Amino acid sequence: MENLEALLHGFAIALSAQHLVLMVVGVLLGILVGVLPGLGAPNGVSLLLPLTFGMQPVSAIILLSSMYWGALFGGSVTSILFNIPGEPSSVATTFDGYPMAREGRPTTALATAFGSAAFGALVGVILITFLASWVAQVALAFGPAEYFAVYFLAFASFVGMGGAAPMKTVVALAIGFAIAAIGIDTVSGSVRLTMGVDELVKGVSFVVAVMGLFGIGELLIAVEEEIHARAVSSKIDWLEVFRAVARLPKHATALLRSAAIGCWMGITPGGPTAASFMSYGIAKRFSRRGQRFGSGEVEGIIAPETADHAAGTSALLPMLSLGIPGSATAAVMMGGLMIWGLNPGPMLFVDQKDFVWGLIASMYVGNIVAVALVLLTVPVFAALMRIPFVIIAPLIVIICAVGAYSVSNSYLDIVLMLGFGVVGYLFKKLSYPLAPLVLAIVIGDKAEDAFRQSMLMSKGSLEIFFDNRLVTSLVIVGIALLLLPLLLQVLRLLRGGAEARHEKVRVI
Amino acid sequence: MKITSGFLLSAAACALVGAMPVQAAWQPQKPIEFVATAGPGGGTDNLARAVQSIITKYKLTDQPVVVVNKGGGSGAEGYVYGKASAGDPYKVIFGTSNAWQQPLVSKVAFNYTDLTPVAAMAQDEFLLWVKQDAPYKTVGDYLKAATSGAFKMGGAQSKDTDEVLTRMIEKVGHIKLTYIPFKSGAEAAVQLAGGHIDSHVNNPSESVGQWRGGTQRPLCAFSPKRLPDGPKVTASEGWSDVPTCVEQGLAIPQYEQPRTVWLPGKVTSEQAAYYVDLMKKVQGTPEWKDYIEKTSQVNTFLTGEAFDAFIKQDLEHVKQVAAEQGWLVK
Repeated sequence: MENLEALLHGFAIALSAQHLVLMVVGVLLGILVGVLPGLGAPNGVSLLLPLTFGMQPVSAIILLSSMYWGALFGGSVTSILFNIPGEPSSVATTFDGYPMAREGRPTTALATAFGSAAFGALVGVILITFLASWVAQVALAFGPAEYFAVYFLAFASFVGMGGAAPMKTVVALAIGFAIAAIGIDTVSGSVRLTMGVDELVKGVSFVVAVMGLFGIGELLIAVEEEIHARAVSSKIDWLEVFRAVARLPKHATALLRSAAIGCWMGITPGGPTAASFMSYGIAKRFSRRGQRFGSGEVEGIIAPETADHAAGTSALLPMLSLGIPGSATAAVMMGGLMIWGLNPGPMLFVDQKDFVWGLIASMYVGNIVAVALVLLTVPVFAALMRIPFVIIAPLIVIICAVGAYSVSNSYLDIVLMLGFGVVGYLFKKLSYPLAPLVLAIVIGDKAEDAFRQSMLMSKGSLEIFFDNRLVTSLVIVGIALLLLPLLLQVLRLLRGGAEARHEKVRVI
Repeated sequence: MKITSGFLLSAAACALVGAMPVQAAWQPQKPIEFVATAGPGGGTDNLARAVQSIITKYKLTDQPVVVVNKGGGSGAEGYVYGKASAGDPYKVIFGTSNAWQQPLVSKVAFNYTDLTPVAAMAQDEFLLWVKQDAPYKTVGDYLKAATSGAFKMGGAQSKDTDEVLTRMIEKVGHIKLTYIPFKSGAEAAVQLAGGHIDSHVNNPSESVGQWRGGTQRPLCAFSPKRLPDGPKVTASEGWSDVPTCVEQGLAIPQYEQPRTVWLPGKVTSEQAAYYVDLMKKVQGTPEWKDYIEKTSQVNTFLTGEAFDAFIKQDLEHVKQVAAEQGWLVK
């Protein structure tokens, strides 16, 4: 109840006219950087940061976090319309969002994505409101062994539930791990796999990989198919926006399950990317229409979007209470906190009540402002789909090139991006899944660090993964998921296997 | 260690500038790029952005200043970029002592001699931190408990400042520690709060929140004298209440992390002098004092020969530790 009182006080701060204006400005700027190629939330927030030095800390964080919400929503736009995810966590949205948009239903796809994202964010904030102190405790229980167990679980859920041939998933994961290993290794401090190219010392950026794998890869596929059929005649239909949002409650199970996965992965430091992938994989397994996932299923959009935003929101809590930024954007905001003279950590909740609760209240209001603004823009964005392919194709190449270059102003990144495009094309042609590859590129090196840190701590004994109940249960669930396909295969053989042949395995 | 003539020249120029009233003949004619050799939000990034905001606020130059992050490879990305920009006076590289430490221990494609030193602008202190409810109250207790050989020391990165200091503690304190490298000091602080490691050697700003929050406390500071007086951090204690390590019987009198500013190699001495002067102006502002205080750093300004001597001294030191540990490359 104490929290509720503090929250009401927070609303009093967040709902002032000045702060509402800041929210609208922040959200609009956020949508802009989210949609524009190669900008993204971290860059947007760091560009805005110097402007906030003269502001009250509460006003400053409201502006920056609103921009973050806007960018998260904006990032889904390019994923759905052009198959180019702007953030690692919106990769999973492309799996069903893009096919649905291609089918001529971009309005439905966008509105569904925004609606479920807002739901996920709301669940995340409610969790923060009521469980702030408990959540902070949970995060503390995570040492290197527990971190590794969570990452292991994310990888295993892909092998067990991803739906693609398990061996192909493992191959894709392995290639991803190799790419993630490029650059300087945290544990040994040595340079790995740069093959004499000095620029590779910084590693391969996720953005570069994804722009190529998805943006360019999809383009190559499109060029190979008939080009002319690709222009989509979508009607601009304002009512469809509301209809799509109104249909969401029908998918209550998917929404709640995804929100739960998202919150859990946000609190335990798995993060939004792992959350959205896991949620998609699990939805695919449990949905009645799981077989149709990948061809524009509504639940295939709901699952990753809800989990992504639930995790993204609840991940702000460890930043505030422990000083661990959950994402690049959170890291920039944390830098801001220090410059404004606040130290993230447990005392923030005691010393800076106005700041913390003002921020939490602004998360409620900011997300509502963001979803309202973004829903209004849906028909505008959807109209982009009507541009003929011959015009949009070169634009996509430009977007990808600019995006890859702007990561670190390096020409090599453009070359790499094009290389990834070819890899993406080959993966599609050979029915290898792209999702595990991306997941491994994004969290592969973190998983590796966590594993080796655990090994240093236990002096090489694997017992550390069965040291306490938390890590043991995580590892056991992971192993079970890993063995699930094998088990199913055995069951199928026992049952005679005739009917199982029909089950067409769809590759994401 | 071969030192290029450009390096010597500029060092000499810096020394001259320090002595005479400045007549900066060279003025920038296009936008200046500040390269932070760290990701957004890190200590080096904060410095670059603080300097940028001060320059903008006081209009210390007519040209716009932009900050870019090149923190890949523990900062190597930014230094390599600086090396590749030889002769370009519009790139200013912000880093730490890893400009000269990193090339010693890992095969990176730069050395500090590829760059033109401008100044060291602030020093970050190191402290020995333990968990709040740990049984040991003094460094003596800690060292005694650590003779068991089962102590885990966390730190940021491998073979970098934190691990060098850990190895020095081992040697001076006659103990053996297991060093666990994390991505950043902030991560190590959280691991200590959760009881997954036994100690770390974070900078004050990396752990001040945790100290106030009562999850960990400093045992001693690796500084020749106690840290400057300031507002109390916890209810009863402030930075000046932390004893020095020498007081506590751990004979490591000084260990600090300078925040350094560089230009690419092969710039003219006039260009280097311009930036020395610019940084000096930045340091004279109240905003700078504010920044130093809020991040609990020590204000210094080393340039020219003094900076050069500092690098050489630090290099000797690190080289010795690295050689003992078998880290040296080539």
